Amino acid sequence: MMKLQHLFGIADLDKEQIEYLLNLGESLIDVSRRPIRKAPTLRGKTIINLFFENSTRTRTSFEIAGKRLSADVINISASTSATKKGESLLDTGQTLAAMRPHVLVVRHSISGTCQFLSEYLEGTSIVNAGDGSHEHPTQILTDLLTLRQAGGYENKVITIVGDIAHSRVGRSHLLAATLMGYRVRLVAPKTLLPAEVERYGCEISHDFDAAIPGSDVLYMLRVQTERLTDNCSFPSIREYHEAYGLNRKRLAAAGKGCLVMHPGPMNRGVEIASDVADSASARILEQVEHGVAIRMAVLTALCGDTGGEG
Amino acid sequence: MTLLIRNGHVIDPANAIDEVCDVWIEDGRIAGLGEFSGTASETIDASGQYVCPGLIDMHVHLREPGQEWKEDIESGSRAAIAGGVTTFCCMPNTQPRLDHAGVLLQVIDRARQVGLCHVHPIAAVSRNLEGKELTEMRELARAGAVAFSDDGMPIWHAGVMRKALEYASSFGFMVIQHAEDLELTSGGCMNEGWMSTQLGVTGMPAEGEDSMVARDIMLARRADARYHVAHISTAGAVALVRRAQAEGLKVTAEAAPHHFSLTEEEVMHFNADAKMSPPLRTEEDRKAILEGLRDGSISVIATDHAPHHEDDKRCGLSCAAFGIVGLETMLPVSLELASNNVITMSDLIAKMTINPARLLNLDSGTLSEGRAADICIFDAEKRWTLDRSKLFSRSRNTPWHGRELTGQVTHTIKGGRVVFRNGTIHD
Amino acid sequence: MAEVIFDTVAVEQALDQLAAGIHGDEIFLAGIQQGGADVADSLQERLQARGAAVERGNLDISFYRDDLDTIGPNPEVRPSHLPFDISGKTIWLVDDVLFTGRTIRAAMGELFDYGRPAAIRLVILLDRGGHELPIAADLTGLTHAASAGCSVKLVAGDAGWHIEQRRVKV
Repeated sequence: MMKLQHLFGIADLDKEQIEYLLNLGESLIDVSRRPIRKAPTLRGKTIINLFFENSTRTRTSFEIAGKRLSADVINISASTSATKKGESLLDTGQTLAAMRPHVLVVRHSISGTCQFLSEYLEGTSIVNAGDGSHEHPTQILTDLLTLRQAGGYENKVITIVGDIAHSRVGRSHLLAATLMGYRVRLVAPKTLLPAEVERYGCEISHDFDAAIPGSDVLYMLRVQTERLTDNCSFPSIREYHEAYGLNRKRLAAAGKGCLVMHPGPMNRGVEIASDVADSASARILEQVEHGVAIRMAVLTALCGDTGGEG
Repeated sequence: MTLLIRNGHVIDPANAIDEVCDVWIEDGRIAGLGEFSGTASETIDASGQYVCPGLIDMHVHLREPGQEWKEDIESGSRAAIAGGVTTFCCMPNTQPRLDHAGVLLQVIDRARQVGLCHVHPIAAVSRNLEGKELTEMRELARAGAVAFSDDGMPIWHAGVMRKALEYASSFGFMVIQHAEDLELTSGGCMNEGWMSTQLGVTGMPAEGEDSMVARDIMLARRADARYHVAHISTAGAVALVRRAQAEGLKVTAEAAPHHFSLTEEEVMHFNADAKMSPPLRTEEDRKAILEGLRDGSISVIATDHAPHHEDDKRCGLSCAAFGIVGLETMLPVSLELASNNVITMSDLIAKMTINPARLLNLDSGTLSEGRAADICIFDAEKRWTLDRSKLFSRSRNTPWHGRELTGQVTHTIKGGRVVFRNGTIHD
Repeated sequence: MAEVIFDTVAVEQALDQLAAGIHGDEIFLAGIQQGGADVADSLQERLQARGAAVERGNLDISFYRDDLDTIGPNPEVRPSHLPFDISGKTIWLVDDVLFTGRTIRAAMGELFDYGRPAAIRLVILLDRGGHELPIAADLTGLTHAASAGCSVKLVAGDAGWHIEQRRVKV
């Protein structure tokens, strides 16, 4: 029996909890493959997706996950929410919590938003759907499920390429790697690496080609093109693709067994070449499918064992 | 009318007094130290307690005029005397700025009306703190400014800083720098390092302070200027100040209690009450500041008291305002320096009394006969737990909420009048 | 203390009897995880031995239970897998022990999400009584009236299966 109160990040989970969520997620993959894609698990549960940052895919993934388990799902995006009218994050959170949802799924550009909100919203479970450059736990669980389905993650080398400094996916993977027994190799120029990142115990390389041999997964991070050039982190998209883009040649150097992953949405021709994204090595659409299953698992774990109270 | 403080451990660094004796006060002035033999109209038994000059905090942000809901001159003065502080300097980043004699006089006048503390303004170096044109420093000094600073903002451009140092030093004025290269720190909300990486927030690298202090020292050398580093926070800056002093430059520095008692670890879990500028740094930096305090490179302890309303703090770490209140925790937090044998009690008191007084040419900070009787009496052993709802400041932004502190002010005397006694203010 | 209420011989006989009751040449078997799947495995062997074509699947009803709020999600949930189209077919739904009937209700709910079967037949190794829903087995191997405070379990031993009864609460 396992009950999660909140899911803020990989940092708050232990190995057993992660394995449990992966098991649950694995079992839930099938629900989305049936003629009738709905199980009654979360009947009568209310889930609010509160997205301060645009993210069609993560929001849709959570929405479908909730709906496939029969929960009532409400989406609130920043463009329609009261924050545009000057209402504070806290007021928005408290207002929604007063409507008594079981789960609040939050995406925000400020790191720590979920922890912050949880201090003031009692009785509402909060799921982090990505907070600033901090954590994105459901994406990492998704990736681990995808790797498990592809043969396992233990002792594998996952080479993460791109803007690590601003990547919540990168940080969550670095935390999960230690817990779950895989290795992370970071590939980026110094301008895109956060301070003292080596303290996570990962390998660091500035040379993508040199980092490819021995990699079991090439994990390409999305490049925020405007962020890259505006603050002098990189001179041009062209040079980025040349130095850190995954192309056919690099994929060939990685060898047959090496998988290609991407948390999406992809910039084809920037961090990943189109033919690579569509190649047999890519597990990018599997990640999307497993994302729904993992989010179903997370919502189930959050809603279970509430002592029967509404 | 004689007020007698009996049998306290008197520390008066300016006169090298460090002994148990009596202090008596007549007509608001220190009348004598030693063994009292006359008749007193009022007696405070200070047995087992320390008696020292009223503390001086040369770095306080009052929010009046402009943001009185955070702090005004009265609430700030109350917080000060509750912390044993009888004299403090207020920084110019009010609204309007303290960049014009009229505003300065208004603040001084208001502080006199309140009458709990001596309040000395530090005026702006540049108009509207914009770092472009200099203020009328001579007139501001005549109006009562005791030094000049754009604190809250650095004097960023090297050309402006050079002129500011040259101009100010022509008339003996001191320039206080908030040393921060905004190019390096913009968007940051804590020290840049392992902790900021884990939290996924933008950091403010130590080099932002180091490089600014290094540049300023070069400019101060050329101008032969008095240059004071506010709230020094990095090991690099401490080393630079030490070297400049060895060279004989008129370079000084102050450290805030939070910078020598806390580290960036406080920010873990996104604690906005541990967010200030400069930010809490690493343990190495903290130790370097302790060493600077020990060897005298850092001659002053000042709080950088920066009140903020809860609404400005409760919005997530990245959005929260910079700063913490410090007047009421200055003494207990600093007492750790003496109890941990970093410096002697006398050196510690000096850094909060006579040292800032000398730096700013203030007529206070000693118990010399004939001086105004501004006195702080404290129990160095008393353990108590800080409850932020009980602060006298109008704001509650302190990282010490719920923590046990050792050492408490029992009496604050200003001009011979007991203005604070055992937790209660007597206006 | 566990008490063996049916030994291996009794269980094997019951399985033979159940297999005999499942008629037809093309048989669609769905076991309920975990015990029902094990029973379905042995039935499948027996049916195939007699020459019948068997299509097998398993259901895990964890996500169809009516008690998520009180017990939380099952930590050992396994995937449901029905690798055939159930529409228009007669499905033999297999479980080890029939107690309240809630598991069967959930399993039927889940089955219908895979399609519309022509019929569902319930095959139970042991009916322990204590039904709470109007659900009864079409084929029952063994019956035993267990008291409400007992748990009754199909247990794999060295020699084969037996069924144990254990008092879990007073």
